[in-house]
Amino acid sequence: MVPIAYYLVLSAILFSIGVAAFLIKRNIITVFMSIELMLNAVNLTFVAFTRHWSQVTGHLQVNGQIFVFFVMVVAAAEAAVGLAIIISVFRARNTLAVDQIDLMKL
Amino acid sequence: MHLALFIIFGAFCIAGALNLLLQRHPINSALSLIVVMTSLAVLYLLLGAEFLAVAQVIVYSGAIMVLFTFVIMLLNAGKEERTHGSKMAYVAGFPGAAILVCLLTFIFLSHKGDFAKARLGEYLVTTSDLSQVLFTKLLLPFEVTSVLILIAILGAVALARKEH
Repeated sequence: MVPIAYYLVLSAILFSIGVAAFLIKRNIITVFMSIELMLNAVNLTFVAFTRHWSQVTGHLQVNGQIFVFFVMVVAAAEAAVGLAIIISVFRARNTLAVDQIDLMKL
Repeated sequence: MHLALFIIFGAFCIAGALNLLLQRHPINSALSLIVVMTSLAVLYLLLGAEFLAVAQVIVYSGAIMVLFTFVIMLLNAGKEERTHGSKMAYVAGFPGAAILVCLLTFIFLSHKGDFAKARLGEYLVTTSDLSQVLFTKLLLPFEVTSVLILIAILGAVALARKEH
């Protein structure tokens, strides 16, 4: 038996690592990957709370898992568009370092 | 059994995520992210979400990560270099993330008694349970996502196309 709280703690750890990677990484692809890591951590929270809600109410609850399903669909669309943007940024600037992509900086 | 599987695959998750953070080459980060996502699929299975576990493997560790590794190889991404901005991010990033994880862990563990205890094999949400909701109550949002994906494909093709 595993308390649901342990799953939430694991998800918090993964989310925080994602936040740290988002701030520290200097490569635009790795920054994008840390966003995916954060999305995954939130998905784990949704699944854990679905299980918690099922056990509290005593019968099967699926709404949280529907949320995860839609997050996955939107994440797939987002990854496709984001990587296309990264490709076109690389074509225009010839670099992937986020420090050097500063055309809009004052 | 449940606890042992949780500890093993939770450790895999955290190790993969830390490896993503510490590696300097993007391809190593991408491969460790695949480890994180596949271990998360096992954790979903432990929580009784069988459809999501399979979808996690197919969509995330399959489709999305293939796209990432493909783009890394296409753009020939090399090692990232340390810059002045990254030193400032080290100062802000590590303490901020540590504070966040301490705060959330404290909150969750202090309310540990309020949460249910998950036992293996109970409350299994099967694919038919999920699809019954998805194709009756949520049919319109489900169909709208297909339009969203179509627009995303068109946008990706339009953005990544070579300009003449």
